[in-house]
Amino acid sequence: MSLSAKPSTAMGGLAACLLLLLSFGTLASVTLRADAPSGLSASDWAAVTFTIKQALLSAFLSCVLAIPVARALARRSFAGRRAMIALLGAPFILPVIVAVLGLLAVFGRSGLFSTLLAPLGIGPLDIYGLRGVVLAHVFFNLPLATRLILQGWQAIPAEHFRLAAQLDMTFGTISRHLELPMLRTVLPGAFAIIFLLATTSFAVALALGGGPRATTIELAIYQAFRFDFDLAKAALLALVQFALCTAAATAAWMLAAPAGFGGGLDRPVQRWDANTRAARSLDAGILLLVAVFLFLPLVAIIAKGAPHLLALPQQVIPAAFRSIAVALVSTALTLGLALPLALWITNLKSRSPRLGGAVESIGYLSIATSPMVIGTGLFVLLFLLIDPVSIALPLTAIVNAAVSLPFALRALIPATAQVQQTYGPLCRSLNMSGHWQFRLIIWPRIRRPAGFAAGIAAALSMGDLGVIALFADPDHATLPLVMYRLMAAYNTDAAAAAALLLLCLSLGLFWLFDRGGRVDAEA
Amino acid sequence: MLRFPLLAAGLVLALSGPASSADAPVLTIYTYDSFVSDWGPGPKVKAAFEEICACDLQFVSAGDGAALLARLQLEGKHTKADVVLGLDTNLTDKAAATGLFANHNGIPENLDLPVKWADPIFLPYDWGYFAFVYNRTDVSDPPDSFEALIATPDDFKVVIQDPRSSTPGLGLLLWVETAYGDRAPEIWEGLSPHFLTVTKGWSEAYGMFVAGEADMVLSYTTSPAYHIIAEDDPSYAAAPFDEGHYMQIEVAAKIAGTDQPELADDFLAFMTSEAFQSIIPTTNWMYPAVMPPDGLPDGFHRIVTPEKSLLLPAQHAASVRDAALQGWLTALSK
Repeated sequence: MSLSAKPSTAMGGLAACLLLLLSFGTLASVTLRADAPSGLSASDWAAVTFTIKQALLSAFLSCVLAIPVARALARRSFAGRRAMIALLGAPFILPVIVAVLGLLAVFGRSGLFSTLLAPLGIGPLDIYGLRGVVLAHVFFNLPLATRLILQGWQAIPAEHFRLAAQLDMTFGTISRHLELPMLRTVLPGAFAIIFLLATTSFAVALALGGGPRATTIELAIYQAFRFDFDLAKAALLALVQFALCTAAATAAWMLAAPAGFGGGLDRPVQRWDANTRAARSLDAGILLLVAVFLFLPLVAIIAKGAPHLLALPQQVIPAAFRSIAVALVSTALTLGLALPLALWITNLKSRSPRLGGAVESIGYLSIATSPMVIGTGLFVLLFLLIDPVSIALPLTAIVNAAVSLPFALRALIPATAQVQQTYGPLCRSLNMSGHWQFRLIIWPRIRRPAGFAAGIAAALSMGDLGVIALFADPDHATLPLVMYRLMAAYNTDAAAAAALLLLCLSLGLFWLFDRGGRVDAEA
Repeated sequence: MLRFPLLAAGLVLALSGPASSADAPVLTIYTYDSFVSDWGPGPKVKAAFEEICACDLQFVSAGDGAALLARLQLEGKHTKADVVLGLDTNLTDKAAATGLFANHNGIPENLDLPVKWADPIFLPYDWGYFAFVYNRTDVSDPPDSFEALIATPDDFKVVIQDPRSSTPGLGLLLWVETAYGDRAPEIWEGLSPHFLTVTKGWSEAYGMFVAGEADMVLSYTTSPAYHIIAEDDPSYAAAPFDEGHYMQIEVAAKIAGTDQPELADDFLAFMTSEAFQSIIPTTNWMYPAVMPPDGLPDGFHRIVTPEKSLLLPAQHAASVRDAALQGWLTALSK
């Protein structure tokens, strides 16, 4: 073991157990609660097929489009770059209903583009169908893919590019020797995580899918629960979803190449090769397009909510504080679990890649598990012991942390692997371990991804309706729940304002943590 | 690392709800989420009942009506509920079959429902008609039947909800089934091009409609009353359909294993009293099951009242819906 860390093994083991409980534990408890065995019908299999199709398309497009965006962000510095990177987190953390309405305000039948195109005799745009589903999923996940790939770019030591410039390497050679190998380490993981996210999607798929053709497995699970109360079927469908996700994660793991860039002096990157006018205009064009695609819906959300912000009902304020508290706890839990887990996985991988890979895949389980199954399974597990409603908020924080964990691991593991490879021998020769090793060697190098992970965890927890919808305590609603309640009470304007507040708070928390991780990281 | 368990334990204490007052007996009512919301009937109902019952009324919320029943089925005999409020007649047969509910003490004579009420377990507290709502400024000539809707130009679009995940969605399914019987699949096929999309729940659909995405949305005849009363906006209206309108009757019942049987009975009696019923129209935006002496609020007189009510008997609703759903899925998946 080169990066020794005993506590990380214990804490990592604990984190893995929690994830196993939340995934297989909840699934098992739902299965045990079922009365009779069940089978899958033709329409269930149709749901499986549609789920695979849209998830593959969504993951593929998000990743392919994210490559040029991440490259442009990696090799350019411009005013507003930091703001742009921070705002990139926004779509990912929006509550579904807000994102859908924001997207429709731009791409819908009465949206911005349809209105602009109308005088030309074109339109209105029709986005409903598979294209709508994929559009929404790309909207949600392109930013995530961009951030993950961007981290890959930033992990290439500046010295490599310096050397490449000294050797007068061309664009193509740099791609082949530096960028393509990096992409091979980062892309499979990004693809897998987006595939998993798109797999468990349901409200978006339904709303933009145009009808029951767009039935995903998650909707079939929902139906099994509340329409048929067929727990066996729900569990069976959840197993199919598991299998799908496992296949995706395994494929990603097999395709991914280990990172191998060696160490650098942690200097900021300069890209002499990309200083041509063509490359600059290309990057500018790409960033502009992405900004339009991602930020116009956000602008629509702001425009809708802003006029009513001052008229927000008073109940929104305590709900907002409650959400912030849950988000902070959930963030602490996420980091507390993700850091030791990442170190543990890295250590395991250095001894046995197979074992390390297996533990890493446990880290993905929480997003491969149907949210409906997690909620119901927890309910079944807890109901006889304690009133789940009385611990609704702590439960929400824990589940949110588990859901954020895969993103945190995705961000942290490449960094810890890099540290391990580069500094492991040094640590061994200095006989450095434990606290000092973490403080001096590991932390400075994983602070950036750790900040990003914390930001994602906080923002996801803010925006997620999660288990709170199942266990909601009427007097202790969170902000997303209050927003939904305003919508259900016809109060569209106040709901829009609450959505804007939610957006600001989520982004604010995300920015705070993400920025915290990058303090003095850029000279 | 020791800090984390402590922190977690502290937060469990800090974040969990306050202990309720120990002396008064607690009546626990399970209901759907929008009932307990600050803008729903819940807070007012709680205050009004606590004035007369010397008890502590506690609501527990679970999604919507169907989620409520699923929750109850999960809990089974161990449920803490004393009363369940918020099922509708499409669910009561399934709910009764769980054996968890007890009979009520009799049906009040002054019920104002378009149908005769005879259920021994469930008592109604409000009702409404499903309908397609449109905006008068955008649609001047709304369709007056499903066939007329089919005949509208292809770009006339409607947002509906999925019957598998939404109560109004299921209502529409049974509406077409009741009105057209064997012809239902043909009607669905004709309607299919006009469905802009199908959403998970009512909020998504109504939000899309208000944002201008669709010409009509599946909602209730009473929805325009909200816009008239709360927003002073008379432009929304429900399109009356010649076939008649399918009804939703929302009901409550006592749990058989309750430890507060008398309080539960008191609440069911209170439910059809003036104090409760006068809260309903402008919080739940439905018709009260018993007309308050002052009648309905003003805005309700300006909305459409269907001439013909459609409703499947509760025993049939459950058996019809599975076949109807298959027909719906097949027609809309083409």
